[in-house]
Amino acid sequence: MSAAAIQRTSTARHVLFILRGNPVTAIASLGTALLVLIAIFAPFLTPYDPIASDVAHALAPPDAAHWAGTDQLGRDIFSRIVAAARLDLFIAVTAVGLSFVVGAVVGGFCGYRGGRLDRWVGRFVDVLMAFPLFVLAMALVAALGNRMENIIIATAVINLPFYIRFARAEVNVRRNAGWVEAARACGDSHLSVVLRFLLPNVLPAMAVQISLNLGWAILNAAGLSFIGLGVQAPTPEWGIMVAEGARFITTGKWWLVAFPGLALMLTVLFFNLLGDGLRDILDPRMRT
Amino acid sequence: MSVLSGIARRVGRRLLSSIPALLGVVVVTFVLMRVLPGDPAVFFASGPSAGKEEIEQIRHQMGLDRPIPIQLARYLADVATGNLGHSLTTGQPVTQDMERRLPASLELTFTALVIALLLSVPLGVAAALRPGSPVDHAVRMLCTLGVCVPTFVSGLLLIYVFYYLLGWAPDPTARLDIFASTPPDITGFYLVDFAMTGDWSGWWAAFTQLLLPAISMALFVLAPLARMTRASMLAVLGSDFIRTAQSVGLSRRRVVITYALRNALLPVLTITGIVFSTMLGANVLVEKVFSWPGVASYALDALLASDYAPVQAFVLLMATIFVLVNVLIDVLYGIADPRVSIE
Repeated sequence: MSAAAIQRTSTARHVLFILRGNPVTAIASLGTALLVLIAIFAPFLTPYDPIASDVAHALAPPDAAHWAGTDQLGRDIFSRIVAAARLDLFIAVTAVGLSFVVGAVVGGFCGYRGGRLDRWVGRFVDVLMAFPLFVLAMALVAALGNRMENIIIATAVINLPFYIRFARAEVNVRRNAGWVEAARACGDSHLSVVLRFLLPNVLPAMAVQISLNLGWAILNAAGLSFIGLGVQAPTPEWGIMVAEGARFITTGKWWLVAFPGLALMLTVLFFNLLGDGLRDILDPRMRT
Repeated sequence: MSVLSGIARRVGRRLLSSIPALLGVVVVTFVLMRVLPGDPAVFFASGPSAGKEEIEQIRHQMGLDRPIPIQLARYLADVATGNLGHSLTTGQPVTQDMERRLPASLELTFTALVIALLLSVPLGVAAALRPGSPVDHAVRMLCTLGVCVPTFVSGLLLIYVFYYLLGWAPDPTARLDIFASTPPDITGFYLVDFAMTGDWSGWWAAFTQLLLPAISMALFVLAPLARMTRASMLAVLGSDFIRTAQSVGLSRRRVVITYALRNALLPVLTITGIVFSTMLGANVLVEKVFSWPGVASYALDALLASDYAPVQAFVLLMATIFVLVNVLIDVLYGIADPRVSIE
């Protein structure tokens, strides 16, 4: 066996060992993996066309043909939920990825350089944090235009303060470390010190944040489309499905709301548990 | 006396230090709303056939033809004098609309906060007293699930169970049944107004109407509050002074509540500020689900009609409330822990 292969198997064994000690984290990882697979293969998993209406079978409760029932236009709710997984995950992952990259770089430079840049960015972050964040997201989507990409931008912006602060604080405590000085002495530029040495160093701690934020991002995006912003009907999306089903809840048509709600809940649950598990593994002191 | 003046000074300093943030908020809201898509002048002209002149006239009337910095300066002056513009959909001054609707939102949010605190603090304490026990695991599970269910889903499911299935809750629209008489307008808070006039059947009607939306909001913020209570209780319970209190034979109640809980509440207060911000956001969703006639649903309607004065005012109002709540929490902090006020 080559050295790389040994390294790989030992890493795999280590991960297995950790997961065996944390069954909840193991389940969360499996659930997350399953979700990602569903999102990728959504078009092959839907038994019906998610946007084809069939008025003859409108508002049918769950049965063998339609596992999660049908909605007011006779569309199969199960197919719509599966099809929506792709969109919802895409929105959350892109938004969190965007704010992670921007936040890490901006926060990293602020923590490394300090000075005027740091002060102005700090002030900007303070202003962002003075808003109730969901309200800010609402205003952003309204201002930028009622389109899907703007939901992503809005969700990214309201996540930004956390990443900037986190990266700034973590880089700040490391900026005078010996190995930073060593990198400088070897002729690395400031840019290279931040991007190649400092940021990779704070990355593991930020990974926990990413997993926790993904759940939050999904809730935010679904909330925005629930109030009529962002993704528009008839696109299958969990928040819109709940909003459309809301009209029928007082007449007892629970499946229109319950199943997309359950999808939302499970997704957020898996991400949160995964985040908690990662945090426990990386930093047991933070456990609450 | 010196305690009071200390608190006053503290409030003053905190209010002063929040001015730059508030100013930033005003500017950000202004900039956001001015790049809104759609020209409100076109929207509110008499119709799609409105002539160019008419639109120009409305633009001029609304001040939209001025350069942005001048519009901003005028806006800042207006905010300072409490003039937040007119809502184009209701035709009323925004300040007036907001004033009428704000009590509904505040009543909902504060009731939800009280419910959340009443549930989460005992739960957190119970979990901390027996870490690793079934109680602890049950609380942890409840918290984990609570934070995963979006407010709008839990609200709708509560409606399904308590209105449709059990018939316990009233029709989930508005603050009171449409046929019921509203209380005299004293504070705008229905619960307070009914109580002040001694109309207890009215009070009960308003209370049952309020319960479901408040619970769905409370469930969502249960987790951070209960978790923080548990963590800080655990830390305090392990400290020396608790061991001393126990060893001199003080009653368990006294040790847990007077000594441990009072010390453990500080971090809970801090997180309450963050939770409050979440609740102001969740308010938008809950008000939509329950057709609650508060400021959030007002702003939402305005938003979808590209009527930006109410939206601007709403965002500003929420940020202001958030800042004020943080000041309040700071003051409570000083009362809960007198050491904090000595600087």
